[in-house]
Amino acid sequence: MTTPSRYWREIPQRYRLEANKCESCGMSFFPPRLICPECKNRDLVPTKLAQAGKVISYTIIRVPPHQFSDQAPYAVGIVELDDGVKLTAQIVDCDFEEIKIGQRVKIEFRKIFQEGESGILCYGYKFVPE
Amino acid sequence: MRDVAVIGVGITKWGELWEKSLRTIFVETALLALDDAGVDRLDSMYVGCMTSGLFVGQEHIASMLADYLGQNPIPAARVETACSSGGLALRLGYIEVASGMNDVVLVGGIEKMTDVSGYEATYALGTAADQEYEGYHGLTFPGLYALMARAHMDKYGTTREQLAQVAVKNHQNGSKNPVAQFPFKVTVEQVVNSVMIADPLRILDCSPITDGAAAAILCPVEMAKKMNKPIIKIIGTGHATDTIALSSRKDITWLEATYQAAKQAYAMADKKPEDIDLVEVHDCFTIAEICVTEALGFVEKGKGGKAVEEGVTAIGGKIPVNTSGGLKSKGHPVGATGAAQIVEIVEQLRGQAGDRQVKNARIGMAQNMGGSGGSTLVHIFERE
Repeated sequence: MTTPSRYWREIPQRYRLEANKCESCGMSFFPPRLICPECKNRDLVPTKLAQAGKVISYTIIRVPPHQFSDQAPYAVGIVELDDGVKLTAQIVDCDFEEIKIGQRVKIEFRKIFQEGESGILCYGYKFVPE
Repeated sequence: MRDVAVIGVGITKWGELWEKSLRTIFVETALLALDDAGVDRLDSMYVGCMTSGLFVGQEHIASMLADYLGQNPIPAARVETACSSGGLALRLGYIEVASGMNDVVLVGGIEKMTDVSGYEATYALGTAADQEYEGYHGLTFPGLYALMARAHMDKYGTTREQLAQVAVKNHQNGSKNPVAQFPFKVTVEQVVNSVMIADPLRILDCSPITDGAAAAILCPVEMAKKMNKPIIKIIGTGHATDTIALSSRKDITWLEATYQAAKQAYAMADKKPEDIDLVEVHDCFTIAEICVTEALGFVEKGKGGKAVEEGVTAIGGKIPVNTSGGLKSKGHPVGATGAAQIVEIVEQLRGQAGDRQVKNARIGMAQNMGGSGGSTLVHIFERE
């Protein structure tokens, strides 16, 4: 369920990929965290995610939740970005047969779904082949 | 801490129970457990339920169920860790009896899932994943396990047929279970040609949408002995968590919470995987059973697919897995699944499992998992 306040609150991650990083152990986090799960350090500094990476795994969703019923089938993958952060999003602009584990992809800004006829247009990131 | 026994269990036929409400399904089941235990009064109860709010629009169900079970004013709590809510109820009930706080405690689970459409059920189940970073992108539960399956196939060479063999085995077992939702056999060919849900998982790789409940009665072992009951002791309990977003894990083919919960339970029971005679695991999808048998230490990392192919996990194999039919054939009313695992283990350890009985079963294990593995409960039981 996307409400205006929730959508607005999530814009820094959805639009700008704002992440943070633990200066003590070097791990990056998306979404940003308040405490590092590895070393429990709380001095985390803002950082921006890498813009490309490789596919770790993928699937084709054929039975979608209702917000995505007009889009199925669509591909969703987990991608390990070049800074080590792993991210889940749709893989688009390619045939399903072309998607492979290990394949290079980059992040692009796209429309994700629409909340009904007069609801919010929800934007965010998707992966496209590099 | 006092030793704790399971003195009664109850389960009713699972399926699409359109004629029955959440409260009726639960109370019918709980009454069977009370009868089996030979008690009519409880000191307290814990009920696992993932999302009665989304499925039937009713929260605050613990008091309602205690009321309809004729047990007000006892303390009653609904507990939730997604699909492992029933296992959590068992652990909390165990702790309450072991601590000496109360003597006779009901632990159970319920989910009434068929009052909503398939889309709404997919959405409701999806709330066990990270809504902001997985659900937002259209990822579903079958999708999450499909990601694990694809990675497991790529990393370890697990085959499409091996996934199918999990379904074949569990339906074979479930065909002998009178309460199973789908008590029929399937073939590898049927599984690999069934409708695709989230590649590479097909509909016969997935557990179904189910209405159902299960319940068990716990009490101190000393009390059970005076009641002249067969003693099934809880000798180990473990509970662990992991990231709820699959992508945040170091290795998406490895269930760390299951490994950690099992480690606790094995240590407490002073048992090893070789000591376990049978295990009920959380096969919400065929790949889940493969990953779970690895994390519980029954097979080497990456060898779960080969184990099912070689019959290691069949009844009569080295470690029978999901003699009840598992979630796959018996059904998966999410909050009830962990409680139903207790029923199967207790029936097996009492020697009452009929055609699916594991010979000389003395020690059994139950592994119940929430989400894509973000929470896991493991329990070990022993017949005294």
